[in-house]
Amino acid sequence: MKSNKFKRWFSENTQLLIPVIAILALVIFNLIRDPGFFSITLTVNNDGNQVLTGNLISILNGASELAILAMGMTLVTAAAGGQDISVGAAAAIAGSVFVKILKGAASITPWTLIFAFLACCAVAMIFGAFNGTLVSVFNIQPMIATLILYTCGRSIAYWINGGATPTVTSPLLKALGGYIPGVPVPTPIFIVIIVAILFALVFRFTTLSTYIQAVGINQKAARLNGINPIGMKLLSFVILAVCVAIAGCISVGRLGLINHETLLLDIEMDAILAVAIGGNALGGGKFKLSGSILGAYTIQALTITLYAMKVPSVSVKAYKAIVIIVLVVIGSPVVKSAASRLWAKIKGHGSLQKEVAKV
Amino acid sequence: MQNDVVLKMRGINISFPGVKALSDVDFTLRKGEIHALMGENGAGKSTLIKILTGVYTKDSGQIFIDTDGTESEITIRSPQDAQNKGISTVYQEITLCPNLTVAENIYISRGEGSLVNWKKMEKDAGALLERLNIPARPRQQLGSCSLAVQQMIAIARAVDMDCKVLILDEPTSSLDEKEVAMLFGLMRDLKAQGVGIIFVTHFLEQVYEVCDRITVLRNGELVGEYEIENLPQVQLVAKMMGKELDDLTDMDKKEFVPVQDAAPVFEASGLTSSDCPNPFDFSISKGEVNGFTGLLGSGRSESVRAIFGADRVTGGKVKVNGKPVKISKPIHAMKHGIGYLAEDRKRDGIIADLSVRENIILALQVLKGFFRPFSRSEAEAFAEEYVKALAIKTASLDTPIKSLSGGNQQKVILARWLLTHPQYLILDEPTRGIDIGTKVEIQKLVLKLAEDGVSVTFISSEIEEMVRTCSRLLVMRDRKIVGELVGPAVQQSVIMKTIAGGGD
Amino acid sequence: MNRQARTLRRKEPLTDTQLLLTITICIFFAMYIAAMAIWGGGFLRPQQLFDMLNNNASLIICACALTIVMIGGGIDISVGGLTALVVMSCVVFLDDFGGNIFTAVLLSMGIGLAFGCVHGLLISYLEIQPFIVTLAGMFFARGMTTIVSIDPRTAEHAGFLLLKKTRLEIPWLGYIVKKTGKLIPAKIEIGVIVALVIVLIVFFMLKKTRFGRNLYAIGGNSQSALMLGVNVKRTRFLSYLISGLLSGIAGFVYLMHTGAANATVAAGAEMNAIASSIIGGTLLTGGVGNVIGTLFGVLTLTTIKSIVVTSGLRDPWWQTITTGAMLCFFILLQSVVLSNRGKFKLSDLFRKKKTDVILEKN
Repeated sequence: MKSNKFKRWFSENTQLLIPVIAILALVIFNLIRDPGFFSITLTVNNDGNQVLTGNLISILNGASELAILAMGMTLVTAAAGGQDISVGAAAAIAGSVFVKILKGAASITPWTLIFAFLACCAVAMIFGAFNGTLVSVFNIQPMIATLILYTCGRSIAYWINGGATPTVTSPLLKALGGYIPGVPVPTPIFIVIIVAILFALVFRFTTLSTYIQAVGINQKAARLNGINPIGMKLLSFVILAVCVAIAGCISVGRLGLINHETLLLDIEMDAILAVAIGGNALGGGKFKLSGSILGAYTIQALTITLYAMKVPSVSVKAYKAIVIIVLVVIGSPVVKSAASRLWAKIKGHGSLQKEVAKV
Repeated sequence: MQNDVVLKMRGINISFPGVKALSDVDFTLRKGEIHALMGENGAGKSTLIKILTGVYTKDSGQIFIDTDGTESEITIRSPQDAQNKGISTVYQEITLCPNLTVAENIYISRGEGSLVNWKKMEKDAGALLERLNIPARPRQQLGSCSLAVQQMIAIARAVDMDCKVLILDEPTSSLDEKEVAMLFGLMRDLKAQGVGIIFVTHFLEQVYEVCDRITVLRNGELVGEYEIENLPQVQLVAKMMGKELDDLTDMDKKEFVPVQDAAPVFEASGLTSSDCPNPFDFSISKGEVNGFTGLLGSGRSESVRAIFGADRVTGGKVKVNGKPVKISKPIHAMKHGIGYLAEDRKRDGIIADLSVRENIILALQVLKGFFRPFSRSEAEAFAEEYVKALAIKTASLDTPIKSLSGGNQQKVILARWLLTHPQYLILDEPTRGIDIGTKVEIQKLVLKLAEDGVSVTFISSEIEEMVRTCSRLLVMRDRKIVGELVGPAVQQSVIMKTIAGGGD
Repeated sequence: MNRQARTLRRKEPLTDTQLLLTITICIFFAMYIAAMAIWGGGFLRPQQLFDMLNNNASLIICACALTIVMIGGGIDISVGGLTALVVMSCVVFLDDFGGNIFTAVLLSMGIGLAFGCVHGLLISYLEIQPFIVTLAGMFFARGMTTIVSIDPRTAEHAGFLLLKKTRLEIPWLGYIVKKTGKLIPAKIEIGVIVALVIVLIVFFMLKKTRFGRNLYAIGGNSQSALMLGVNVKRTRFLSYLISGLLSGIAGFVYLMHTGAANATVAAGAEMNAIASSIIGGTLLTGGVGNVIGTLFGVLTLTTIKSIVVTSGLRDPWWQTITTGAMLCFFILLQSVVLSNRGKFKLSDLFRKKKTDVILEKN
């Protein structure tokens, strides 16, 4: 009975195999290359806080925005069967609104921070709803629909900033993107955990995940079963927008300024990649959020590994591309079925031998 | 006699992991005959066809084809290879490209050279279409033709490729009577030209209308080959099912007597929708089984879709149990205890990648609400109950529904609606494309539901089924209700007459 | 006249491809003529149009590549990165390795073909999602660009500089500067000629070759195309191969225009190319599209940008915001037009009249 349960659990989670193997491979590679790669040390940073540093922390910390966006992207991918390529641009807009409100405030208290966050959430949700409306009501492919905001989003951010890159200095903001005084672990890691728990709660206490999968697999049938496909697609875009706002705020918190051109640049590509590495079909339908999160950490682990190997940051992409291709080739249906055929052959051969032995 | 044979298959064997799909099957096709290949689902018809078209490779056995009077053994490696050897297939789902023109669809990937000669292609296509009397223009975009015409264009393509063997796999299942007649005309023309046609269908009447010979398969084995005159319809069914037809005859419909003074379960007046422009009135009482009948395209599906709110409702008043309500979306209808099993199972019914369990509980889950999901164990209990009750054959509750056979998929969808305990259930072609055994089960289920007080509206292309189950029939023609038959009037001959409109 | 000839001659309703193409061309001309009427000045001179072409020759080629891939139902977002890699490689090859122009052209085409080949193999034979494969291609190309040379470079090869400066001059399309009375002829860069020739070749390829028609078929419904005997895998493979080749050529054309190479060359070119294809009436879903439309798509995008600048909105953000708005307009227009087909057809009005005439004659 127990082995049965394990079998079921395993068959339901086979898609996580590739990201898990990839992360393990990276860990082993790094440990061989440098046994102290994952050592964590307690140091004192510029602000006089006791903080943990090390490659492991920088992987977990650096992947925060990506992991949050990948979660939202998974929902959009599943429901709409396409990807939102405007998340980077939308994050720039959200960040600009965030900074604008903080700059406008007389003093930055936790309440202004929360108000600013809610405001930038609202703005991001408006843009998300715009994308969602194009996709769900007008039936436009997600990539095309979001191409609009991708094209002009950063210019809108520029316009909000009035053509400058305003900076905000506040210990509260620093705590958001860096460390809360007295806590040695970077705040973004906690934010990812909170977001993941929120998603888990939403999936546990609503039927969101079933509905989104049903809409993604067969929209017409879903509608005839009383599900509102337009609403579900719209909702997935709005949820992604909230993720975008959170990621934008973290990013602003890290830098203490908003640069419309470079804030979370090309993050949409990484987010889509995280979804794919996590074993989720980019054509929509069934999904696993945990896969996308693992995918995000895989990408970041790879990046940090390359940095540690002294690869210049602009050239990292080339090596990343090779690893990505290897991962997707291993995960491709053709290779998978060929491998399983080979496996069956070996197994069949084995059982044949056994039978022969019996005789 | 032997000279007439165009295709011979001898001792065909094939097995898939765990299943012997065909064992020692022989099949013979003569020149200029229409040969029906019959059998229940899982009998091995489609496997045999797929071997012939090169989709599967046989484990053992021989295939011979006649070329200019000499017989030669062939091996078929791929669909392309089959075509080159003179075996063409027209599938149920149109396998043409809707974005190309008619002429292109006929000539694509044929002929020599890497350039396309548009002028010649369009001229040839025009001549071909005219010769076969197909109402299409060569430069028309294929997507703008009706389904029947698209099907005929697919046949025209096959014919023009000098095929000796033409396989028609369920070509009529989405055509109306007029279109079927058109298709049969074309088939007879081809027969006269000496093409051997293999015709696969679920419609028994059509077999007797157009075929010369029947080969029956059951459980992957050959039952026999028969001349059509020597095999009456009842015997054919018996051969296909492997037992005599007492199952079908022991079903008896009870006379329906509505409860006095009770408001109808559902009542509509002047209902119209975007796809059903003519207003119609409709009502059904508790425990009644009624049906919409008429030719395909007569508006029967559109009518029930309007009742369920599946299309955009544009007008009319609706009452449930005597109370006026508004139904403009499926969810409204569901909340009033109405269930709707859609006509096209693949498109409107199953959620292919979700498990049997998720598919069964879907409708009930939606009714229960977005914020109140079923726990895994609750869902499993429900699914388990209905898998048992309807004898659904599935490996486990977690199996994706797409890997089930058609009949079992249909039972899952039925289970989905039964689980909501509807007071009124609409079944649109629940028996289409599934084997006879399951058909009978579903008909029995309908009668049992009615006994339990559920109202059922039943639609089927097979009039016999309607006669067996319905106590009241609404006959439709040209998107209008043209007659209502009650009780003893529900007879095949009367229905035919009303549909044709020749009675008066 | 027999019946068949008449059916052939009868005007058919526009196919989806033709309809979208017509809309784009009409809108471009309407916009350009409106710009001439309102702002006059530069818009009245042919040189304005030629400058649009001069500045966008490589984009036109990239957009052609995208159109081919998109008609086949795929996508290639590596074109910009590939352009950058080719530009950088050619500069380094010409200046440091003593290459000549001919071998440099071969090098750029070779790089393009190599990328296209890998993309095609992975996408069509291993059935990996095109978005992910070409995304990796883009990453690889951009990364390689900096590995070839991390510092920005400028071409100094003498022969190349000569080629770069060469302009086709058309005096009768030029204009006379009023103050000096001197005639300035209209100038066209070599890259534009290359781009236009490529547009023509691709147009011919899509319309007249079996490969082209097969491409439409697999874009419309790849399953059906397979059943019709189209070699789907090979066709798809070829489309990515050609896309790679064109991106390589686009890189060389880009170099001929600027002569400079750095990591951000042709940044965002893939999205501009996709946008141009879409405005030109190519659907990302595949099966519908036309390369002439793509050419007009590029011109439409550029015209909007110059109109924005001419009309006095000089803040840098206005150009992209209007581009976005325009893209939104076209996307919505296509969605509305295509979803309403069959319900109401403008072209039907004309067609019915003609058939009536034929009937009357009978």
